[in-house]
Amino acid sequence: MSARPGERQKPKIATVSLAGCFGCHMSILDIDERILDLAKVVEFSRSPINDLKKFDGRCAVGIVEGGCANEENVEVLREFRRKCDILVSLGDCATMGGIPALRNSIPLSECLETAYLDGPTVVNPLGRIPSDEEIPLLLDKVYPCHEIVKIDLFLPGCPPSAEAIFSALTGILGKSRPDLPYELLKYD
Amino acid sequence: MSGPVTILIDGVEVSARPGQTILDAADEAGIYIPRLCHLPGLAPFGSCRVCTVTANGRPCASCTTPVTPGMIVENDTERLREMRRQIVEMLFSEGNHFCMFCEKSGNCELQAMAYRLGIPASRYPGIWPVRDVDSTHPDILIDRNRCILCGRCVRASRDVDGKQVFGFVGRGHGKRIAVLGDARLRDSGVDVTDAAIDVCPVGAILRKGTAFRVPIGQRRFDKEPIGADIEARKEKP
Ligand code: SF4
Ligand code: FES
Repeated sequence: MSARPGERQKPKIATVSLAGCFGCHMSILDIDERILDLAKVVEFSRSPINDLKKFDGRCAVGIVEGGCANEENVEVLREFRRKCDILVSLGDCATMGGIPALRNSIPLSECLETAYLDGPTVVNPLGRIPSDEEIPLLLDKVYPCHEIVKIDLFLPGCPPSAEAIFSALTGILGKSRPDLPYELLKYD
Repeated sequence: MSGPVTILIDGVEVSARPGQTILDAADEAGIYIPRLCHLPGLAPFGSCRVCTVTANGRPCASCTTPVTPGMIVENDTERLREMRRQIVEMLFSEGNHFCMFCEKSGNCELQAMAYRLGIPASRYPGIWPVRDVDSTHPDILIDRNRCILCGRCVRASRDVDGKQVFGFVGRGHGKRIAVLGDARLRDSGVDVTDAAIDVCPVGAILRKGTAFRVPIGQRRFDKEPIGADIEARKEKP
């Protein structure tokens, strides 16, 4: 999808869901047919929306859903920071940890023991807590993205409304600092 | 000294009664000074410091500071707004605030204050303290994860209900709202009709069986920012 000679390259957007539930991505899709307007002015790079798994160039905007719960989340987030000009924390999990951060006041070992050993619905004949190189190591806590890398714009909400996402994106692409109106800044 | 005094709030002349607090005088004039621990009808407490203004150049809590003749008050300046943002962000980082499933969301004064001040996320790292929930009472529950230690329930129980059900124990990060020292709500003599049950600015003291009655979009702060009711009192020129 590279630009033909003479044609101006469209700015690229990358999106990802870290320790999130994809609800924020649902809300991106919820901008409905305006996504076509968006597609006229931007091109999606790495994103679940086009299923592209790797960056195909530098991005003007990176949108991150979810906070960091494991080391893979941290790696991906750092790559987003390196490859995107403007990095957006999308949704309560990215901005404050969200539901996954409910485990933050419980020691990690206790969480794992309840999930894999002692929980009332656990069936685990080997009695082992999964541990494999293929499984990213959990962090001690779930961290909001701005505690790991610098974030340029925060869009809280669970999920943020399509209105909030669309107005922020058009703001960024129009090179203005998007100020969310009162009705669009929500934590729920 | 008994006649009214005149003070200047952000350059606007406001008439006040001697002995009146800056915040009360501002309220009557339709000027909103952000506040969290203060609630009209309860004794001023001065704990949250969100209502900080400068009076004749010195920062002070406007909910506890009486007016003096000719006092020059700064309220809505960027410096004070920024300081209030920092306080509110610290309150978020200090407790376990999960707005996305809290039944007080949309009616919560802490959340509404963050919206009014334009806070998209707390800049401070979360402390994620271990706090407990007491749901032993059939009609009332207390979730200390959300408590901001404003002391409203303490004052309402003591001064309005005449009961002293709620009180502070501990210091610093260990400070918490206790029920009759170390009793459970069930054994506390607290009643669902008590004033103390209605004053909590956040979702820490709740009536059971009343959650999510009001749909999103119609809750107290969905459309109107906190303080809009006070600002509506301002006489139209
Ligand atoms: S329980 Fe509610 S009213 Fe009581 S101190 Fe905590 S926040 Fe204030
Ligand atoms: S409202 Fe004045 S200190 Fe809390």
